[in-house]
Amino acid sequence: MATVALPQRRHKKINVPRIIQYIVLSIITVLMVTPIVILIFGSLKTSGEMYSRPYTVPNPVHWENWIKVLTQSTFWNMLRNSLVVMISVTAIVLFICSLAAFVFARLKFKGKSVAFNFLTLGLMFPITVAIMPVYLVIRDMKLTDSLLAVILVQSAFNISGNLIILNGFFKAIPTELQDAAYIDGCTSFDFFWRILLPLARPGLSAVAALTMIVSWNDLLTPLILVDRDTLWTLPLGTMQFQGQYGQDLALVAAFVTISALPMVIFYLFAEKQIVSGLTAGALKG
Amino acid sequence: MDIPVSRSVMKSGRSPGLSHKFQETLTIILFLLPAVALFCVFIVWPIIRSFYFSTFDWNGLGPAVKNVGIDNYKRILTDKIFLKAIGNGLLIVLFSLTLQLPISLVLAIMVGRDLPGRTFFRTIFFLPYVLSEVITAIIWLGLFNPDPDRGLINAILMLIPGVKAQAFLGDLHMVLVCIFVVLTWKYFGLHMLLYMAGLQNIPREVEEAALIDGANRWQMVRYITIPLLGPTIRTTIQLSVLGSLTQFPLIWIMTKGGPVNASEVMATYMYRYGFIRFWLGYGTAVALVMLLICLVFSIVYLRLVRQPDYLGGM
Repeated sequence: MATVALPQRRHKKINVPRIIQYIVLSIITVLMVTPIVILIFGSLKTSGEMYSRPYTVPNPVHWENWIKVLTQSTFWNMLRNSLVVMISVTAIVLFICSLAAFVFARLKFKGKSVAFNFLTLGLMFPITVAIMPVYLVIRDMKLTDSLLAVILVQSAFNISGNLIILNGFFKAIPTELQDAAYIDGCTSFDFFWRILLPLARPGLSAVAALTMIVSWNDLLTPLILVDRDTLWTLPLGTMQFQGQYGQDLALVAAFVTISALPMVIFYLFAEKQIVSGLTAGALKG
Repeated sequence: MDIPVSRSVMKSGRSPGLSHKFQETLTIILFLLPAVALFCVFIVWPIIRSFYFSTFDWNGLGPAVKNVGIDNYKRILTDKIFLKAIGNGLLIVLFSLTLQLPISLVLAIMVGRDLPGRTFFRTIFFLPYVLSEVITAIIWLGLFNPDPDRGLINAILMLIPGVKAQAFLGDLHMVLVCIFVVLTWKYFGLHMLLYMAGLQNIPREVEEAALIDGANRWQMVRYITIPLLGPTIRTTIQLSVLGSLTQFPLIWIMTKGGPVNASEVMATYMYRYGFIRFWLGYGTAVALVMLLICLVFSIVYLRLVRQPDYLGGM
């Protein structure tokens, strides 16, 4: 109760710097948004306008390039590939990481910290470093040129970080619940499936949201493992499209804008889950 | 709280004791199996196996037969371009640690925990992070266009009297700075978000106590806020260093490591030799050198700044 008066006093004191704060933050907002706005503007112009007036507001708005992209089957094909990979990777990661995180967060056994440190080794090096060795193994398995290879490799590389995040979430669930469940005759699996997972839903959705972003945006895995153009994912396809039609800046802008849309929409809806996943990962790991 | 314990669980009471112990061991093995299997088959085993391939002169057609011992490694470590790539990577690390992270930290402290509209700014600043590196690279390729009639940045520069259009990504001395600008645009929001979350965890009372004791704002930030943000700062440093050392898609799409290797980094070097020239043995050796650098950094860094204590709670 004694602190009630404090925020008010603070508020007055901080008022003048606040204007400076807003000015700085607004300038940065402009710097962040301008590149994206220019891209969207470009996508709504004809190719001719793009050369004569590249940064102006499109007036009148031309949807021709959008229509051109959206009526090509290649775009929809890439979108489908990206969705297949993203959904599979997210499902696999949720499944295997929640099983493993449960064991680490809730059960006692010999060699636990060795096993945990082993599975989180992946945090010490990004996928770029291992892609060459991974490629050789995928090649020997005759899995190149398949989405399955992309799915398996992406899943493997998403284990370490997500395991740490889920471990944190699972630990936060009171142990009393577990004791009570065991007294009532639950097995470990019953407890995991019927009590822990429903309660840890915020953790699961955070992990899902993060995995979806990482998988959706990954260029390297499909670039290395997939050749056939019918198997390209959106990032890979966008890169190739830029290489092929690089001269037609307006068309490229339309393609890039459209390929960015799904993730931006997802971000606006799932921001809370994304933030919670990232911060849980950073504070725990 | 609604805990969905169904009736069937209650009824299925099993006798504790030996069978319970056995069941638990079985649970541990079965639950860890999928993660361990996937991790071993697609990460650990490929890396271990590639030590063998890295000793071959192998173009990928047919089996690897021409063993050259450690020649690949000798060649990598004496190749001026590779050393340049390491140097460029370290420069990006240096820029990140001295500019990108401090800027993010200052902004996070500035936004603080109760500036009206803080979540709006966070949403905007973090937006580039969710765009793929491919999209980011293509956007900035357009902005950095050397022709002032096409590239926005040059067009703005030309408004200043006496300033000429710059080649940016085509300029040997500017290309790394340009790439760093793009990296900052894309990633500072992530670091800022993490700092903001860390600030949220600092008890308000601690800061207020310091203010009451007569600390000024700078002293409070220096002696209270930053030390209490320690764990977050350490994490962002690790993320930033590993990310900078192994950056690939942005640089590959924007410059392909050019002009004349001026923006070459280890990952573009590896891609060029391993996948474009298809020297599989040599590329593998490059990958392992990169891996070693990352591991040495991570292990030394974790030893220096903290005990890895993932399981022990806080």
